[in-house]
Amino acid sequence: MTTSDTLISVRDLTIAFGPKVIQQNVSFDLKRGSIFAVMGGSGCGKSTLLKSMVGLLRPTSGQILVGDEDYWAQDEKRRTELNHRFGVLFQSAALWSSMTVGENVALPMEMFTSLTPDVIRRLVELKLGFVGMEQAIDLLPSEISGGMRKRAGLARAIALDPDILFFDEPSAGLDPITSARLDDLILTLRDGLGATIVIVSHELPSLFKIADDGIFLDAKTHTPIARGAPRDLRDHSAIPDVVAFMNRMAEISPATDAKG
Amino acid sequence: MLRREALQPSSQNSAAAPLSQSAGFLRSAAYYTHESFLPHGTGQGVPPALMSPHLMTDHAAIPSPQTSQTAAQKPEWSVDLTAGAPCLHASGVWTVQNGGMLTFPPDGLSKAHSGATLNIDTDQLERWDSAFITFLWDVKQAAGKAGVIFEPDHLPEAAQRLLALLPDKPAGNSNAKKPPAPFLERVGDRTLNALTETGTVTELALETTKGAAQTVTGKGGMRLKDLASDIWNAGPSALLIVGIVNFLVGAILAFVGLVELRRFAAEIYVANLVGIACAREISAIMTAIIMAGRTGGAYAARISTMLGNEEIDALQVFGIPVSSYILLPSILSLALMMPLLYIYGTLIAIFGGFVVAMGMMSVSAIGYWTTTFDGVALHEFVFGFIKSFFFASFIALAACRVGLKAGRSAADVGIAATRAVVIGIVGIIAMDAMFAVIANALDF
Repeated sequence: MTTSDTLISVRDLTIAFGPKVIQQNVSFDLKRGSIFAVMGGSGCGKSTLLKSMVGLLRPTSGQILVGDEDYWAQDEKRRTELNHRFGVLFQSAALWSSMTVGENVALPMEMFTSLTPDVIRRLVELKLGFVGMEQAIDLLPSEISGGMRKRAGLARAIALDPDILFFDEPSAGLDPITSARLDDLILTLRDGLGATIVIVSHELPSLFKIADDGIFLDAKTHTPIARGAPRDLRDHSAIPDVVAFMNRMAEISPATDAKG
Repeated sequence: MLRREALQPSSQNSAAAPLSQSAGFLRSAAYYTHESFLPHGTGQGVPPALMSPHLMTDHAAIPSPQTSQTAAQKPEWSVDLTAGAPCLHASGVWTVQNGGMLTFPPDGLSKAHSGATLNIDTDQLERWDSAFITFLWDVKQAAGKAGVIFEPDHLPEAAQRLLALLPDKPAGNSNAKKPPAPFLERVGDRTLNALTETGTVTELALETTKGAAQTVTGKGGMRLKDLASDIWNAGPSALLIVGIVNFLVGAILAFVGLVELRRFAAEIYVANLVGIACAREISAIMTAIIMAGRTGGAYAARISTMLGNEEIDALQVFGIPVSSYILLPSILSLALMMPLLYIYGTLIAIFGGFVVAMGMMSVSAIGYWTTTFDGVALHEFVFGFIKSFFFASFIALAACRVGLKAGRSAADVGIAATRAVVIGIVGIIAMDAMFAVIANALDF
């Protein structure tokens, strides 16, 4: 494991479903402590890229280096070990519906540590306390709202104190206030836990607020067309597609600037 | 904090050490360490050897970059109440893996002056992770209880941010178990539920019948495409499994029958045995059980998943009746297909018996078939055919009802599928018993 600042490097990655190429020539470095945004229009392969980074989809070619190990060249056991450094918040939170919120957070600890039930219970309370969900510990996922499910999913993602957190559309389906709170929470957790965050989103205000690096995937050419923090791309990019995306412009009407 | 040095050799797995420190605690009430609190200090520390080696990555980089990986120091704490302001000293490597899940007693600050400010000294703290925050949360709650002001300013920046997220009090146990309702109330509830359920199912059955009648007159709201695909699923695609099972059942019956009948030199009656048993009972029941497991389970799972995806809600908003869009094609297709599957199954079962008979007894093929045709009256088939129709209607109706009543999560889909199959199979057998009684009474 390197001590350098790069946690994950993606090298010339191609992701395809059979003959249909989703993205190609994807290369970037994930720096320790950064919040890295994967941007792009709907259907450009953002979530697919995330899936291949967390081990759900094998890329067609290219490398994903975690530390200095080639992630997809490892056997499944080693990949699972590497995955313990990752925490993933899925788009629909993906809480296990037959377990209570507390059991959802506790399961990874029960499976992969030999902590006593007492200690696990206290850690579960802590993680749920971080996301403001400690009162819902004994509720089932079907009994709580969508925003609460997202937060519970976040508590589960940080259950094993991961280095790297992956968020797939964290604020999709949340109201602006809840969504802004979630942004604050993400920033606080980044600083507090010392985690590095990869976030897939097209929620512009939230991207401008929290992300400090990023990549812009294009759906037409199936390649990344821009690199950098969303704020910089908004203000300085010369690529028409990126400018249009960042400023929420439809192709025809030169609509008013909608930054907020 | 001179006492800390004296305590350091002690470790959590030494049972004798805490006792001596308890004595120390008595001598100078102003000091105490976590070791003094026997139940907490000894119970919570998890020996590092127990922990999984690769997990719970601590966040060394944030609080103290200068960490050394040599023999990790035990996490230790002590409270100093002598000076005007109480002070909490924490030291060592405070990670979950290193046995850092220590508890702070809820009354740990009760001796401090109310209104005093609790400072926290973390100068000797090395690495830390969630364990330290859990401990600080305990301290914060104890401080709140004792009226002491918790001063987080000297904590590492990251710890301050995490602590700020936590509420002052952990959630109380709000989900206290309700006492069970009185016996009469439960019986009453069950009875009412059973009556409601009967009413709902009857209503569904009537709606479906009405829908079917409307379809015949050409005014139904059902899409024929749905009916066709459901018919395909409930009929032709089940041919193989129904065939295999009935063939084997027929063969087994013939085999058992042959062994017994041979003793009376009445082997030829094996043709009657297989023919009557299969036509009247066994093929109808076997086919119904297969279809309850195969199609009934599928209906329940599909409908409850549609419920979870809000597809049923969407139908309702459009005003598309659920009965004509989902229930009618499902129930109709199974009710139409199962009697046909039954006839097919019976023929295959008789063929299965024939194959075994040919192998085990000396009778000509023509002789066997003639005996079968003579022995099995047509009304046996009519009886089985009618039963199959009722079995199918029941399976489909029960499965749809179970699906519509299910919850919206993945676990609920599993429960719905299970219930549909169980209700289907038990219902078929119960209905078959009723049919037997009725047939006996009518001398059919």
